[in-house]
Amino acid sequence: MTDSQNLRRTPLHALHVELGAKIVPFAGYEMPVQYPAGILKEHLHTRDKAGLFDVSHMGQAFLKGDDPAKALERVAPSDFVGLKEGMQRYGLLLNDAGGIKDDFMATRLKGEPALYLVVNASMKDSDFAYIGERLKGLAVLEPQPDRALLALQGPAAEAVLARHAPGVTAMTFMRVERMPIAGIPAIVSRTGYTGEDGFEISIAAFNAERLARILLREPEVAPIGLGARDSLRLEAGLCLYGHDIDETTDPAEADLGWAIGKRRKLDKDFPAGMKIMDRFANGTAKKRVGIRPEGKAPARDGTEIADKQGRVIGRVTSGGFGPSLNAPIAMGYVASGFAADGTEIDLLVRGKALSARVAPMPFVPHRYKRGAAK
Amino acid sequence: MSETRFTEQHEWVRVEGGEGTIGITRYATEQLGDVVYVELPAIGKTIAKGAEGAVVESVKAASEVYAPVGGTVTAVNEALGADPAKVNSSPEEDGWFFKIKLTNAAELSQLMSEDKYVEYVKGL
Repeated sequence: MTDSQNLRRTPLHALHVELGAKIVPFAGYEMPVQYPAGILKEHLHTRDKAGLFDVSHMGQAFLKGDDPAKALERVAPSDFVGLKEGMQRYGLLLNDAGGIKDDFMATRLKGEPALYLVVNASMKDSDFAYIGERLKGLAVLEPQPDRALLALQGPAAEAVLARHAPGVTAMTFMRVERMPIAGIPAIVSRTGYTGEDGFEISIAAFNAERLARILLREPEVAPIGLGARDSLRLEAGLCLYGHDIDETTDPAEADLGWAIGKRRKLDKDFPAGMKIMDRFANGTAKKRVGIRPEGKAPARDGTEIADKQGRVIGRVTSGGFGPSLNAPIAMGYVASGFAADGTEIDLLVRGKALSARVAPMPFVPHRYKRGAAK
Repeated sequence: MSETRFTEQHEWVRVEGGEGTIGITRYATEQLGDVVYVELPAIGKTIAKGAEGAVVESVKAASEVYAPVGGTVTAVNEALGADPAKVNSSPEEDGWFFKIKLTNAAELSQLMSEDKYVEYVKGL
């Protein structure tokens, strides 16, 4: 655990304290884990109306160069060259062995040569150093420590944001645009980490509290802490870096084939590309799956998974309680023979074998505002 | 007459006629957040003072509940199965965990009185 003296604060720290947040250390920052409403209510509020999250601890950067998209493809298997203007794409940062160093979002802003990147808070220093070094001579990474990042998520997010930025109604999932919100210059992305429709809003740090207060004044909006952010993303079946994916997992066993571009799959021109595509074709020893325990007891990160004969076949990597399902849910890795939906397994919780089944994800359907099929 | 005693781990035990009812304090529930599951001991099980008696799970984490005094489990709060949120709404009444027949009533004297516990929490 990081020494509390060394913890950083986001530009919204004073607001969190004013709102009565319980503050915990997370990824080197003092972050709000919950507000007085509590994780259950915050979670359900986000699914019902709109939640405002401070995710300013995440790493933002611009990648500049003659062809930053082409350069970035050296360390990530997405098709960034084919990324259209005004669009965002999910990426996996890979090490030379094909292990996942981080997951991130990359955006090609309209009329701008640079790529806009958002990486995980816990990995940002390491990611920025790695990208900078691997792309030396091709592209230059410019971290943006003076930018804050807010997420407004939930079915009312569009109506709320449109009151201050009418242009957002024309945006669909994964679209990104620079536009003012209540006069504050922002990079607005129609994305998020909850499975709901919503937005991520990058603004200058000095504007963060003003914008947060404007949004919190809207009747549908409540502040939401990291606790509910985690239960929301788990219900949405989204990976948490450092738990569900890390340097010891690769895109094949993590079942993230959709994060590899079609052209890239053919060319295999990314770190360990031959090996990874071979693993997609021929299978891996283990595979990431969703898990529904049959009882009410949650199985936490690290819980061993056994087959019905008691042989350990895997491990839970994220587990807890899904407030929208009023039931425990988990994600983890199992031996590939046990990865089919419906497979009966046991979770070894406090010395007891609890019945569970492999289950499809997301556990709660995504409700993104997708555009018309092209 | 009954008396209630408290532990530094924020359990309470209310003793009446040689039987203790055990739960966790409001302070504990505020630290835990929303309780979503409680694992209760088997009736008839003997638990030593300080040993794990129950497990309480919030959205975020699991925490052990230790027996403030040793004894044999005589009853468990079955209502928590359907409604674990009782632990949050009424931690020191409806949200009790289990009852225990005390092995050694002298163990109570090692626990804090309510006044001492209130002071203890203030110092945290």
